[in-house]
Amino acid sequence: MSSQLTTQRVEPEPAESPRTSHARTWSAGFLAKLALLAVVDAFGVYVVLAAWNERSFGILWSMVALLAAANYVYFSKRALALKYILPGLAFLLVFQIYVVFYTGYVAFTNYGDGHNSTKEQAVEALLVQNERRVEGSESFPLVVVSDGGELGFAIVDADGDVEAGTADRPLAGVDDASVDDGVITAVPGFELVDRQGVLERQDEVTALRVPVSDDAEDGSIRTTDARTGYVYESVLVYDEAADTMTDTTTGVVYAPNDDGQFEAEDGSTLAVGWRVVVGFDNFVTAFGDARYAQPFVAILLWTFAFAILSVLTTFLLGLFLAITFNEDRLRGRRIYRTLMILPYALPPFLAALIWSGLLNRRFGFINEVLLGGAEIPWLTDPTLAKLAILGVNLWLGFPYMFLICTGALQAIPGDVLEAAQIDGAGRVRTWRSVVLPLLLVATAPLLISSFAFNFNNFTLVYMLTGGGPRFADASVPLGHTDILITMVYSISGIDGNAPRNYGLASALSIVIFVIVGTISAIAFRRTRSLEDIN
Amino acid sequence: MRRSIPFAALAVSAALVLTACGGSAGSGEEETPEATESAPAADGGTITVWVDETRQAAVEEAAAVFEEETGATVELVLKNFEDIRTDFLAQVPTGEGPDITVGAHDWLGELTANGVVAPIEIGDMAGEFEPVSIEAFTQDGQVYGLPYAVENIALIRNTALAPEAPASWDDAVAAGTAAGTQFPLLIQVSEEGDPYTMYPLQTSFGAGVFEQNDDGTYAPELALGGEPGNAFAGWLAEQGAAGVLDTAVTYDIAVAAFAAGDSPFIIGGPWMIESFPGLDLAIDPIPSAGGEPARPFVGVAGFYLSAQSENAILANDFLVNYMSTEEAQLALYEAGNRPPALTAAADVASEDPVTDGFRAVGADAFPMPSIPEMASVWEFWGVTEAGIISGSLEPTAGWEKMVTDIQGALDAA
Repeated sequence: MSSQLTTQRVEPEPAESPRTSHARTWSAGFLAKLALLAVVDAFGVYVVLAAWNERSFGILWSMVALLAAANYVYFSKRALALKYILPGLAFLLVFQIYVVFYTGYVAFTNYGDGHNSTKEQAVEALLVQNERRVEGSESFPLVVVSDGGELGFAIVDADGDVEAGTADRPLAGVDDASVDDGVITAVPGFELVDRQGVLERQDEVTALRVPVSDDAEDGSIRTTDARTGYVYESVLVYDEAADTMTDTTTGVVYAPNDDGQFEAEDGSTLAVGWRVVVGFDNFVTAFGDARYAQPFVAILLWTFAFAILSVLTTFLLGLFLAITFNEDRLRGRRIYRTLMILPYALPPFLAALIWSGLLNRRFGFINEVLLGGAEIPWLTDPTLAKLAILGVNLWLGFPYMFLICTGALQAIPGDVLEAAQIDGAGRVRTWRSVVLPLLLVATAPLLISSFAFNFNNFTLVYMLTGGGPRFADASVPLGHTDILITMVYSISGIDGNAPRNYGLASALSIVIFVIVGTISAIAFRRTRSLEDIN
Repeated sequence: MRRSIPFAALAVSAALVLTACGGSAGSGEEETPEATESAPAADGGTITVWVDETRQAAVEEAAAVFEEETGATVELVLKNFEDIRTDFLAQVPTGEGPDITVGAHDWLGELTANGVVAPIEIGDMAGEFEPVSIEAFTQDGQVYGLPYAVENIALIRNTALAPEAPASWDDAVAAGTAAGTQFPLLIQVSEEGDPYTMYPLQTSFGAGVFEQNDDGTYAPELALGGEPGNAFAGWLAEQGAAGVLDTAVTYDIAVAAFAAGDSPFIIGGPWMIESFPGLDLAIDPIPSAGGEPARPFVGVAGFYLSAQSENAILANDFLVNYMSTEEAQLALYEAGNRPPALTAAADVASEDPVTDGFRAVGADAFPMPSIPEMASVWEFWGVTEAGIISGSLEPTAGWEKMVTDIQGALDAA
């Protein structure tokens, strides 16, 4: 079979032969290709335009590059191999490379609570948060006006007179302005900006501050809804040239520090910070925080035990069942096989949730009905909880192993077994020397991927025990059944039970990736020796 | 030739995926500028509002009035309530978040520390709201949200099983035992603990969570420990040993048992009420276990304004002038069953004795702390309570270790 395929692949190699290229004939296939690529290009152009609108130049240029590549590959006769590879490459780029690089980047920043955005936005947020309405000041009916394009406000003051001004011109009384039922309808010297105009320049209007008088201490008028104005005064002032924040009430000057915060000389910082690159700090925290060191070892050991035992138990049970149901003499094999696959058909998170209900100490089906009211703490005793996790994972995972073992068993050619029989091998000997090695060649890569999957089997642990029961002696909220990935979830604060720290979470997931990657690489290398049997 | 067709199809899907990426990265805001630019004459602008399922219809109703009067468009985006806080924090800095989102007041500390919310100016209207609802959304003298509902837990009583309100915890247990039901009293504990539901019982021993300043705001100093905290821990152990409190009782089990008439009392909030059709209910203050009044947390739900909103004027207008009306607040009440934050609307809603009962209990409650430090407390707190109730932790030592651990987490953060 495989040799046939090879010959077919070799065939197009003399590409310089006089045959006309696919790309040059106006066959139906070429027209179909043309139409499909037109659709692809249309989507591409749409994305490019949308990205332009959003000023997302990363997406824009990647899309342009992808489009150019796609058009070149499918219309050139020199890029035959790429025609097959390009779609996969595009997926790889979007779903893997980008994600990996972004995670890598975040691991070296302090992205998390208090360092959530850019410096520009942090400055903006600090200024807005520290602008106070002057205590006891009134609210004024307000309209937005313009003086030759420059925006300003007109208000009705406490005496019922109209005052108007712009950012550079403090409020001053305007004579002959008309007010209708508290709403200003005309201001001589200014044009009224209608609602449409206001909405088109929302940013300018909300950013506009019209001083009440020449004295800055009096504060300035601002509005948030373009209908009412209030007198505000700023507590914090940002000096763009010096890049410092000054508190006008205390006179303290805050300058940016290396952690992405404004810091005063006495070490006090302003609340809102921004994202900065912090180098290896996150990795140092991951291994250097004394509160995590002790549970980390226990969790690492349990993660390995969990992943290895899960693969082992599910594989052995699946193999046993596969052999049993592979026996020709068994009647109704199909029905049994279908029943066996049932757990595989359930979404794992749902199954784990249901099991956590079934295993409830007092009201669970298992204790209450099957064990006659024995209040066995399946999920709250450290040892039993580990057994429960392994048991539920066995229930969830054996159908998969059963499927692949059945497939592998049926793929073993009958003549090999016959040959063994002729050579005088008994059942056991045939099994050990022929069937098992052939089976392992087929299933070993799947066992390794199953190990990698269980190493990060977040859903099961999170839904079944939530990592609990807690370590009684640890000072962090981690438990006996926590595996590395649930530990990352918990200490990075993504679950909302601790301050968020995406930087730390990314650093830890890189560590996990290195562990899983190393083990998989070693294991794959070892399985090669199995293939020598062929 | 024919072979390349499936591959071309693949390329299309690849492009689709890319578009989806571009779209998800740019959705929300992406449509807003387009909408304003393409049809400025007929359009009064667009704002995007994140809502959850329960509130969707009610916000839609208020939005319809707003759209009609101003010509603006309000786009509602349906989100899971649990996802909103994280998504809002992540998306606002990228400029892709909504203009307005629903939220709870205790997110405030985190949202301001990350600079993703803008203060709103409700001016003189502040006096028209329940004082606790404005206080809850106030930080440093600025109001950061428009409140619409106040919620807190209370004692829900099945009047067929217990005709009278219990005066104290022991009374309640005695009345529950006398009723002959499976549980004398239901309170969700669960294996991870539920400090929110247990809080009124803790306060009845005089132990809070954080120290309160004179104006009711919280200081980041723990108030869990000391003599009152240890007394509460001892009481938890007693109740656990007596079987009154049980970690096997989760929310679902407690609600199902009460609905089935297995207990005359359950401690819970207005969100439980619709699970009890056909029962004649009375809402009472939570009975005190430690002698002092049992005061629960009060949570305030409201609307936050994004700090990066490009439609701030429209969004402010919508919040301040439309969502604060009696009609809008009452519509939100009908949808969520929590007493409205606007006093006039709350008075109307109080015609329902159940709402009135919750409101009366809430009048005496503490606002849930909104300081960022609160995030570090929950997990230690709940698990310790559950451990003491189940007997796996020694009460005083367990409680004191919890206080030390929380302090450690606060210091590390």
